[in-house]
Amino acid sequence: MKRDYLLFLLFATVVLVAPAAFKGGYLLNVLVFMGINTMLAVALNLLLGFAGQISLGHASFFGLGAYLSGILSTTYGFNPWLTMVIAAVAVGILAFGLGFPILKLKGHYLAMATLGFGIIVYIVFNETVALTGGPSGLSGIPNLKMGSLTFDGDLKNYYLIWCFALVTMLLAINLAHSRIGRALRAIHDSEVASRVMGVNARLLKVQVFALSAIISAVAGSLYAHTMSFISPASFGFNFSVELVTMVIIGGLGSIFGSFLGAALLTILPELLRVVQDYDIVVYGLLLIVMTMYMPKGLAGGIASLARRLRPAKKGVVDAQG
Amino acid sequence: MLRVEGITQIFGGLTALEDISFTVAKGLITGVIGPNGAGKTTLFNIITGLYTQTSGKVFLEGEDISGAPPERLAPRGLVRTFQNIEMFHQMTVLENVLVGLHTRSQSGIFSCALKLPWHLAEERRMREEALRWLEFCGISDLAEVEAGALPFGKCRSVEVARAMAVNPRILLMDEPAAGLNSRETADLEVLIRKIRDTGVTVVLVEHDMELVMDICDAIVVLNLGKKLAEGTPRQIQENPAVIKAYLGEG
Repeated sequence: MKRDYLLFLLFATVVLVAPAAFKGGYLLNVLVFMGINTMLAVALNLLLGFAGQISLGHASFFGLGAYLSGILSTTYGFNPWLTMVIAAVAVGILAFGLGFPILKLKGHYLAMATLGFGIIVYIVFNETVALTGGPSGLSGIPNLKMGSLTFDGDLKNYYLIWCFALVTMLLAINLAHSRIGRALRAIHDSEVASRVMGVNARLLKVQVFALSAIISAVAGSLYAHTMSFISPASFGFNFSVELVTMVIIGGLGSIFGSFLGAALLTILPELLRVVQDYDIVVYGLLLIVMTMYMPKGLAGGIASLARRLRPAKKGVVDAQG
Repeated sequence: MLRVEGITQIFGGLTALEDISFTVAKGLITGVIGPNGAGKTTLFNIITGLYTQTSGKVFLEGEDISGAPPERLAPRGLVRTFQNIEMFHQMTVLENVLVGLHTRSQSGIFSCALKLPWHLAEERRMREEALRWLEFCGISDLAEVEAGALPFGKCRSVEVARAMAVNPRILLMDEPAAGLNSRETADLEVLIRKIRDTGVTVVLVEHDMELVMDICDAIVVLNLGKKLAEGTPRQIQENPAVIKAYLGEG
């Protein structure tokens, strides 16, 4: 448990000084995306890695956050911070309401239901042209401001996004080592036993689903205000699958794993530009190799490697958070 | 303490239980026995809210609890263990027991995420109590071991510690001795008596007749979904209907 917080402190320090190593521009921009993806992966991990509930529609919560925030600030002139709060609350309520019927389902059926929801939202983004701008997107979204400071450059965006990402990670680590985190993992391992222990599995699953959606919506809002332009293509089914891939490759139930997964899947497309459309083949291979040889993801792989490097130490390594 | 009244359970065309009624006395160990397929586990599943019975009622200290889901029964002091051990295998033994303390702690999803001060105090208190239950079951040394790595016999002890952490008034154990060797069974016997001595009423479904006759104060016999007999171990051993059901007609 202490190890997680130490690791977090170290990680936060690296994140805060990292920009000094880059001269700005392209690489920094990639790191901004990495921060947003980290938030999303951590959010989905709470649901998928902890509670063990799949969602193939998480890109839609990300998109709803982006569009709500974007439309309210661009078309209706709301303050961007306010639109972020509105987006978070609205998506939270929506996910809570949706969660009750949908989370009764298990396994493949839950996957199908969330998939369906994601597709519906995607179609709405495309078809409500008057509101969203349709397939050609919504542009001119204002940047976030803090007094006289406008978050418009890459460096400013970097710090903005990573502050949110670090807070998200810290909250998730706290949750992991708490009564609620344990109850979620208990549901994952044996729902019936968790209920016998008095865990209200149904409500808790809905709560974590809503929390996960809220974080995704905040990430969406940040995305809209930093990019100034959004279009439905960023919030489709492919991205939902990419998010699941990040969580699984990173390691189910590991917060740092979610960062690793997000980092890998942010950098990989940049590296794979040379092979163009064949990048999907590389993803597929990666997923196959990972599930075969590193079922606990990058985080689990690194942990077992570390254990192998110091075999003399006796005792059981506590669960990753 | 616990009263079941006219419980009938029909699965499709199959009558699994027919008009079962009996009372479990407070502070005693009651055994529910019967040949395979007698409906013992079905009865347990109904009492603990996992199945909803076709008809009949269940009362816990006079309060009607028929149809209440298990998560509502735990705070009222009715807890069970499982025949095929439902461990939280990816969690440590201590964490397993901490889940047992779930209903006796309050921190919600937000105060946990924000690590508010009262949540930290609660967490400390829970940890201490969980360790006490590990000691009660004689598995203190396993606190940090991942539950999935434990041998079967130890899992039983963890399951009992976890159930006791809920602070039950009545504990239902579904075949606690299944899969245990004779030494483990002897340890279990001591543990069950110890549980009763803390004032918890125990009901167990069991196949190990020696264990049942040894520790039970009262026994209910089921056969083919019907109640065959009820009484003290001695009465049951001498009951001709029970002997017939177990040994066949002679």
